[in-house]
Amino acid sequence: MTMQKSARGMTRRELLSSGVTVSAALVAGGGFIAHSTESWAMETTGLKPETMATILQVARDTYPHDRIADANYAIAIKGHDEAAAEDPEFAEMMESGVRLLDALARRKGNPGYLATGWESDRVALLQMVEDKPFFQTIRGGLVVGLYNQKDIWGQFGYEGASFEEGGYIDRGFDDIAWL
Amino acid sequence: MSAPFDLSDDSVVVVIGTGAGGGTLANELAQKGISVVALEAGGRHLPDDYINDEWPSFSQLAWLDKRTTSGGWRVAKDFAGLPAWIVKAVGGSTTHWAGASLRFQDHEWKSLTHYGAVEGANLLDWPIEPEEMAPYYAKAEDKMGVTLTNGIPGLPGNNNFKVMKAGADKLGYTECHTGRMAINSQERDGRSACQQTGFCFQGCKFGAKWSTAYTEIPLGEATGNLEVREYAHVLTIEHNDEGKVSGVVYADKDGNQHRQAARAVAVAGNSIESPRLLLNSASSMFADGLGNSSGQVGKNYMRHMTGSVYGIFPEPVRMWRGTTMAGIVQDEARHDPSRGFVGGYELETLSIGLPFMAAFLDPGSWGREFTSAMEGYENMAGMWIVGEDMPQETNAITLHAEEKDQFGMAVPNVHFTDHANDIAMRNHAYQQGSALYDAVGATRTLPTPPYPSTHNLGTNRMSEDPSKGVVNKWGQSHDIANLFVSDGSQFTTGAAENPTLTIVSLAIRQADYIADQMSKGEL
Repeated sequence: MTMQKSARGMTRRELLSSGVTVSAALVAGGGFIAHSTESWAMETTGLKPETMATILQVARDTYPHDRIADANYAIAIKGHDEAAAEDPEFAEMMESGVRLLDALARRKGNPGYLATGWESDRVALLQMVEDKPFFQTIRGGLVVGLYNQKDIWGQFGYEGASFEEGGYIDRGFDDIAWL
Repeated sequence: MSAPFDLSDDSVVVVIGTGAGGGTLANELAQKGISVVALEAGGRHLPDDYINDEWPSFSQLAWLDKRTTSGGWRVAKDFAGLPAWIVKAVGGSTTHWAGASLRFQDHEWKSLTHYGAVEGANLLDWPIEPEEMAPYYAKAEDKMGVTLTNGIPGLPGNNNFKVMKAGADKLGYTECHTGRMAINSQERDGRSACQQTGFCFQGCKFGAKWSTAYTEIPLGEATGNLEVREYAHVLTIEHNDEGKVSGVVYADKDGNQHRQAARAVAVAGNSIESPRLLLNSASSMFADGLGNSSGQVGKNYMRHMTGSVYGIFPEPVRMWRGTTMAGIVQDEARHDPSRGFVGGYELETLSIGLPFMAAFLDPGSWGREFTSAMEGYENMAGMWIVGEDMPQETNAITLHAEEKDQFGMAVPNVHFTDHANDIAMRNHAYQQGSALYDAVGATRTLPTPPYPSTHNLGTNRMSEDPSKGVVNKWGQSHDIANLFVSDGSQFTTGAAENPTLTIVSLAIRQADYIADQMSKGEL
């Protein structure tokens, strides 16, 4: 994962001004996508920046957690860009998948997937491609790629390993009070 | 301390696998002065190495060699290459198990007699009387330090148990307690009491849970009669012209092959690998596989009727804190056909961490129904359903026609489809489990499908009649007197209970038999 807090010495303003806004929060430029409020940018090497921006939205729409930042979804999908850089066939599967989503969106009267405003409308598009390897690759990758990020566990209340602190024997294994 | 035996030493008993069956048998034989070489496909991991983080632990311990699946079970679709969640390491799946140690109910030894013939099921009575097993159960419970036996106090109930108990009380269930668990509720045998870490499935960092990895195996090694070879993956069992087994061929860590001579061989590689090994050992004399004159090797694969119910509550439960499975409702374990199925089931507390919950809650699903359930994680209580499933001849481990493993051996295919009785029982259990949580205020319940199998049973089953099973009442091949099966694959039927206590009890009993046969010159 080579996400950067600021890309290659550019100021955030320079970085953002060098790209085009592809969603409410994302800017796609030459070889990168950048977030307008979370202060991160991600270089893309195997896929077009616009494609990665769309995949990021697909990831959010597939496993939507409103309190989890785009950065965590970006980390979870970063591997697809890397795989695409290694494997042109894989790259084409992802690029053509995004093209298909955009085409389906246009058929519904929207300029593209990212420009489809409501989640339920985007989900309806995803349901049309749900059995395709493109979608299943993104979905399957998120199961581990998103939920195994320790920095989001706290959002779910999950505490992870406990043995370093002696387990829960003195730390609330039986502290339920509402029953 | 461990005894290095020569590859050509044909006085040794070779035990294949070091889990509940193999690890126990190896130690029991060693204690009796019998020379044993135990061959373990995995490496040796001990509490210091265990990783309390689900995916890294899975990579460390799970059996991940290539396997294929088929049949109507959902695992074949969602986890096509992972039919079972079992362990490849010294200690086998006793590293991973949750510790539930229940005796069979008497009638479960004779399911055909008590249930009658069930259409589509290959039911058979065990060739063992419950009275014969009672003293061996007692020995196993003492060996393993099972709570609520031998005067050992029960484990304290964690939050997840308290929710279960409150719901059980509301439903009028009377048999709800913290379980008979091979997890120390107090220091015993030099092992710590449970510290409530909540990672029973990843290997107990405190060694409070009984595992052959740090009980039976070192005890056996200390006698000087047991040698454990790690990363020794057995490929075939060989026999001589008289049709007796004579040795085994295994691959070491570097893939080099060796042949260990043997006086007798005990197979304990779990119910997928054990029949696979017998099938892969076919020869001109045993064309259908070793010990397979009945044609039953690999057949009657059982995995217990399982499933889970998670309940989401308005307030936090934090089910992951504390002993994973120290909680049980036994009221539904009885045989009562008025419920619409034969046999019964147990409800046991269960928790998995957030990473595994994402993978197993409803595999393949996505969208807000899924993610809102995940967001209820902190407020979830969970239970596992484990009940008797029907043996079916068509549910089977077979050799894949083309796929080979890293050693060039045919990989096993695991074929499974639920019997109608399994489905009726699961639906009943989902209903009862949901009602239990509803009774204490659940706002949502989640009937969760079975995980990859942890209880793999029945593929070399015991039978009185040699035409109906693979081994006799001692786990001894009907066809080959010095070939034994020592794991859960010898189960004739599965009963409603977690199998480990019965596997250990059978291994203790089998060790007595093998020693007796040796002293009489029969082996």
